[in-house]
Amino acid sequence: MAEYVIETPKGKWEIVCGLEIHCQIISKSKIFSGASTEFGDDANENVSFVDAGMPGMLPVLNKECVRQAVKTGLGLNAKINKYSVFSRKNYFYPDTPQNYQITQFEYPLVGEGEIFVDLKDGSTRRIGIERIHIEQDAAKSIHDLNPKKSYIDLNRAGVGLMEIVTKPDFCSPEEVGEFLKKLRSIVRYLGTCDGNMDEGSMRCDASISVRPLGSKELRPRTEVKNVNSVKFAMQAVEFEAKRQIALYEAGETMQQQTRHFNQTDGSTTFLRLKEFSDDYRYFPEPDLPPLVLDDAFIDDIKKEMVELPDAKKARFVKDMGLTAYDASVLCENKETADFFEKAAKGHDAKKVANWMMGDFFAMLNAKRLPLEKSPVTPEMLGQLVDLITSNVINGKTAKDVFAIMAETGENPEKIVEEKGWKQVTDTGAIESLIDKILAANPDNVAAYKAGKVNLMGWFVGQVMKESKGTANPGMVNQILQQKLG
Amino acid sequence: MSELTKLTIAEALSGLETKKFSAKELTAAYIHKMDENRRFNAYVSETPEIALKAAEAADKNYAAGTARTLEGIPLGIKDLFCTKGVRTTACSRIIDNFVPPYESTVTERLFAAGAICLGKLNMDEFAMGGSNENSCFGPVINPWSKDVPLVPGGSSGGSAAAVCAEMCAAATGTDTGGSIRQPAAFCGIVGVKPTYGRCSRYGIMAFASSLDQAGPMGKDVRDCALLLKVMAGHDVKDSTSAFKEVPDFEKVLGQDIKGLKIGIPAEYRPEGLNKEVAEAWDKATAMLKARGAEIVNISLPHTKYALPVYYIIAPAEASSNLARYDGIRYGNRVDGAHVDDVYVNTRTQGFGKEVKRRIMIGTYVLSAGYYDAYYVKAQKVRRLIQNDFNEAFKHCDVILTPTSPTTAFPIGDKAMMENPLNMYLNDVFTVSVNLAGLPAMSLPIGLASNGLPLGMQLISRAFDEETMFKAAFALEQDAGFKRK
Repeated sequence: MAEYVIETPKGKWEIVCGLEIHCQIISKSKIFSGASTEFGDDANENVSFVDAGMPGMLPVLNKECVRQAVKTGLGLNAKINKYSVFSRKNYFYPDTPQNYQITQFEYPLVGEGEIFVDLKDGSTRRIGIERIHIEQDAAKSIHDLNPKKSYIDLNRAGVGLMEIVTKPDFCSPEEVGEFLKKLRSIVRYLGTCDGNMDEGSMRCDASISVRPLGSKELRPRTEVKNVNSVKFAMQAVEFEAKRQIALYEAGETMQQQTRHFNQTDGSTTFLRLKEFSDDYRYFPEPDLPPLVLDDAFIDDIKKEMVELPDAKKARFVKDMGLTAYDASVLCENKETADFFEKAAKGHDAKKVANWMMGDFFAMLNAKRLPLEKSPVTPEMLGQLVDLITSNVINGKTAKDVFAIMAETGENPEKIVEEKGWKQVTDTGAIESLIDKILAANPDNVAAYKAGKVNLMGWFVGQVMKESKGTANPGMVNQILQQKLG
Repeated sequence: MSELTKLTIAEALSGLETKKFSAKELTAAYIHKMDENRRFNAYVSETPEIALKAAEAADKNYAAGTARTLEGIPLGIKDLFCTKGVRTTACSRIIDNFVPPYESTVTERLFAAGAICLGKLNMDEFAMGGSNENSCFGPVINPWSKDVPLVPGGSSGGSAAAVCAEMCAAATGTDTGGSIRQPAAFCGIVGVKPTYGRCSRYGIMAFASSLDQAGPMGKDVRDCALLLKVMAGHDVKDSTSAFKEVPDFEKVLGQDIKGLKIGIPAEYRPEGLNKEVAEAWDKATAMLKARGAEIVNISLPHTKYALPVYYIIAPAEASSNLARYDGIRYGNRVDGAHVDDVYVNTRTQGFGKEVKRRIMIGTYVLSAGYYDAYYVKAQKVRRLIQNDFNEAFKHCDVILTPTSPTTAFPIGDKAMMENPLNMYLNDVFTVSVNLAGLPAMSLPIGLASNGLPLGMQLISRAFDEETMFKAAFALEQDAGFKRK
């Protein structure tokens, strides 16, 4: 395990960090009302009387949100609690129309679980999940439309959220970043959250403290809100750790507090001390009976489980011979992994992986295309690799073929055929090409024979040029060696 | 025409069916009574135009032979039930101009069965109170008052007074700690609080969600049975409403009660219980016994904790339920510099004294450091109270108690005004039932020496309203109470 140590002239420190991640549940309607969860509709378009907190309105639990949260729990190898209870978290703010949020407190839907993250040095770290509970999202406050007024868009009010709370298992910014990527990957595989941190459908708060390296003490922590990208989360952890260390080394103490993350410069600023924080007066939600699940409900969801990134990655390594790194890159999102599997089917999987991670991704990037809009289909990519492995074209030609495929969406065999790029593998034909070059350059032949062996590259180049790139470079090399040797 | 308003629902339905009079005549008679009795301040919104229009439709249905269960029966609706397009205020200044764009499930069912809405009835603000003095529209006067104006009880005081003074054929009420039964007793009518979960709470402004239940208030037991049948039933919009078949409550009326075990709880006869109340209770017991019922002495040992438990749980839930009245989205707003000032100003001016008191108590008992000592403890004792009833119902089928420790008291009573605890004591016989989620009803048993009605309470097992109705009907026959 890689240790992350912050070293100053005065000493060595380590980080203790945990995360709370709010994931918007993918469901057609909100968690306690029938209103749509569509993102991007006009303000206050998707609002029911329940969402607006009208008098006499009652929440009705959307089973789909429960299914999605249970599915996520199963995906994180977590304990599903067959008995859970909704609670009210009471606080006054216009983004919460009832002035309380329906959430789960003492009895969450999902208990302890885990996520494994792969680190750059090749090691793997297990991060513990403390719990997942489900709750309703708040509305959106809009403060910049009017200097004196704030506006509220209730479209988001009541959208289902899963709050995923980790154990304080993170020791480095890298672990935090890799965890968020992995979690995002898992929920996307499961189809339970779209994981779009920039749209706010996945949001992260980080709790951070530091301690002298090797010590077991727990010092007061800061809770940093609003760290809504992988990069920001890593920045926040690093900034906070260094800030706290500087305080301690200056002989100061620190109180538990909530801080705000500034996206512009990666710093954090003080919001409030924990002891002055709100008293939320949690109590069991009397409008909803306890949520009791039976085995059949959970078993049904188990049947729907898809292969998750870790399992897929292990299979790609074991059955397809990929390196762990290649496999984890290809497995990060399901669409890529599926594309790869289709392309690799019946072809050289390692070569397909290389092509995907090289020219193929570069092409998508350059064209700013999502995977599903790729002009090159998985089948075409497989065929291209086949053309190389069966020596029909060489690697260099393959790049040219790929470039044409990317432009035209044309089949690689057809391109090779039309362009006449089929590799020359006939020994006689290559020999005659070589003879022609040797005959035309007696001086260089002499120089080579006199010991200037690095002229070999020049000879190969000449032969390739003469063949218009279609000669098999391996064979050219071999025959040249014989003739000059 | 004034005779029409004396008819019970059952009698009126038969008269309408046989075309002795029209729904329009019946409705007009009640509208006339509403005018005549305006001094009682029972209604806070009247909808005569809507009522007469509905009556015309009802008459067409009778003519066409397509009359529904309650076709043409004019009702008053407690102003806690949201009625689509008709102002609904909970008698609170904070939303005194709120017109709901939706209908409560209970009123929807009543109107879908052909009942007619005469208007909205006065009540204690957000159903908090036992005298109807906590209304932003002023107090209701008990129609039994002689020289001194008396309270009708509360919180469904407008409902009880309106039924009593024939200003509607029957009314809806809600009962969180006795708010149907106590005013029914004070006004000499019948009021039923069904089992928790029997009626949907959808569209009823919430006071204490785990205790609130809607129920009928009527001239007699049969009318309440008829109404409850229509009001009750599972509703997908209320997750606490029960998936229970709704029986035909009317069917059991008149059935023999021989052998029925009547429980008499010792704890409901504390030392110092009003002598006339105790005598009325004994009289009722004797009537049931005379019909062959078996009288069983039972014990509900945790009764003395019911009031304190109730006054922790109900305010706790209320403090949260009433948080939404903040002036932001609907209701009256009193502006301020910052959003927190808007909250403070709106709620300071919008809520009455008793509502504020309960919000304060509720907020306190839920606060960090007090939650376990108050709310959690109260929930534990609530369970003990439920267990008491479970144990008692192993030995009896229905429990008989007085509804209230007193008859109606004067408006502005000094003892009540000076110490709210005196007011809370009115609920001493009724709150346990809400804590246990059981069905209970009050029916008039006779008059005290002050000429005011006394009510008896019958309590039965959860979802066994039939036994309660059966016993109540027998008692009603024998008591021979003369309605005002």
